[in-house]
Amino acid sequence: MVARLSVTIQDVLDTLKQVKDPEIDTVSILDLGMVEEIIVQEDSIYIQVLPTFSGCPALEIIKSNIIQAMKNAHSIEHVQVEFITSPPWTSDRITEKGRQNLKKFGISPPSHMKEDGSWHIDCPYCGSTYVTMENIFGPTACRSILYCKSCKNPFEAMKPMSTLL
Amino acid sequence: MSATANLTNPAYTKALTELLFQIADDDFLFSYRGSEWLGLAPHIEEDVASSSISQDSMGHAVLYYRLLEELGHGSADELAHARSASERKNSILVERVNGPGHYMEDPQYDWAYAVVRNYFYTLAKKVKIDSLKQSSYPSLADIAVKINMELYYHLLHWKTWFVQLLSTTDEAKKRMNEAIEKVMKDFNDVFSFGDQGESIPQFKLIEEENVLKERWIAALSSVLESVGAELPREIEVHNKNGRNGEHTDELEEALLTLGEVYRIDPAVPW
Repeated sequence: MVARLSVTIQDVLDTLKQVKDPEIDTVSILDLGMVEEIIVQEDSIYIQVLPTFSGCPALEIIKSNIIQAMKNAHSIEHVQVEFITSPPWTSDRITEKGRQNLKKFGISPPSHMKEDGSWHIDCPYCGSTYVTMENIFGPTACRSILYCKSCKNPFEAMKPMSTLL
Repeated sequence: MSATANLTNPAYTKALTELLFQIADDDFLFSYRGSEWLGLAPHIEEDVASSSISQDSMGHAVLYYRLLEELGHGSADELAHARSASERKNSILVERVNGPGHYMEDPQYDWAYAVVRNYFYTLAKKVKIDSLKQSSYPSLADIAVKINMELYYHLLHWKTWFVQLLSTTDEAKKRMNEAIEKVMKDFNDVFSFGDQGESIPQFKLIEEENVLKERWIAALSSVLESVGAELPREIEVHNKNGRNGEHTDELEEALLTLGEVYRIDPAVPW
């Protein structure tokens, strides 16, 4: 007789901490707030994931990384990952740890947008507010390109995404 | 007539399907024409920005094609790549070439035309998305909320170019006004739902054509006024309605290029 060790939600969460954004290896998809729901059954794990931007080419990589990580960590045959659009991903889903780790990568975490549609960004390296926006659009759909006039470093920032937009 | 989502009613499903094909094909062709500018935009920042916008817009087309896939119309890839021009429901405006020449060979693309087309189209998309947020089909309403957040940045971007170019040199103003005239000649079917013009709003999938168009004109008027420009009053419009599958040769040519890889090997991952 084979005794099956049951997998708990906590086990799945611990494994998801190891699944990083393919382009930002300091931040897990959990800290980005991309995981919406986890359902664990006897021989299967089902995970609902929210895409940050709809055209993000990293989505399929993220999906296969999740499946691989689950299969490696838990001897479970069926792992299903589904991308859903409701609720929509918003940048305030990023955890405090996620925000700190974005900074470590040189990316300023998204700030809250003011009522007039403006938003405030600080340099992720020196914390200066003396920065200029070079391009709202950046190397990936979710990022902008800025320049810090204090420490003279170019840097990136995550675009704020809010249902108030 | 019931205004709630009812997929057991063939008339509801027909109206929904038509609307989805129209908005999916619109974003698909719009992003294709945008992607042809890659490496040709006026400066490197613009190359980054407009290709990012094209990528987002292609993502929006995928979301709509997936809804059609769920409704049993075939795979999203097939819907995007394998349908002929006469099956396409996009507006004439988005299928138009960027200018004479080819992006691989002697492209004589017109940036003024790109700015006006992209701004007018994106503003029209914003008006539609705002209405789709209240769509009777819940999955479509959810997607609209998602798209709206990304669209904010697209609209901001094209509006900035539009206002800047209409506020600078005489040459820029002249070229922009010519572009406005050219875009408006093709604008006839942007707010048309074709043969489904009555049923689509009746089922509360989105509001009526004229309501949306008036909202677009109102939003555009204040911007035009701020730069001393106006929409041409009397224009000779093209009679073709893309919503009913009527298209130009420019679409045929685009589809030949677009579907090339898919026709060689449909299993190629993108």
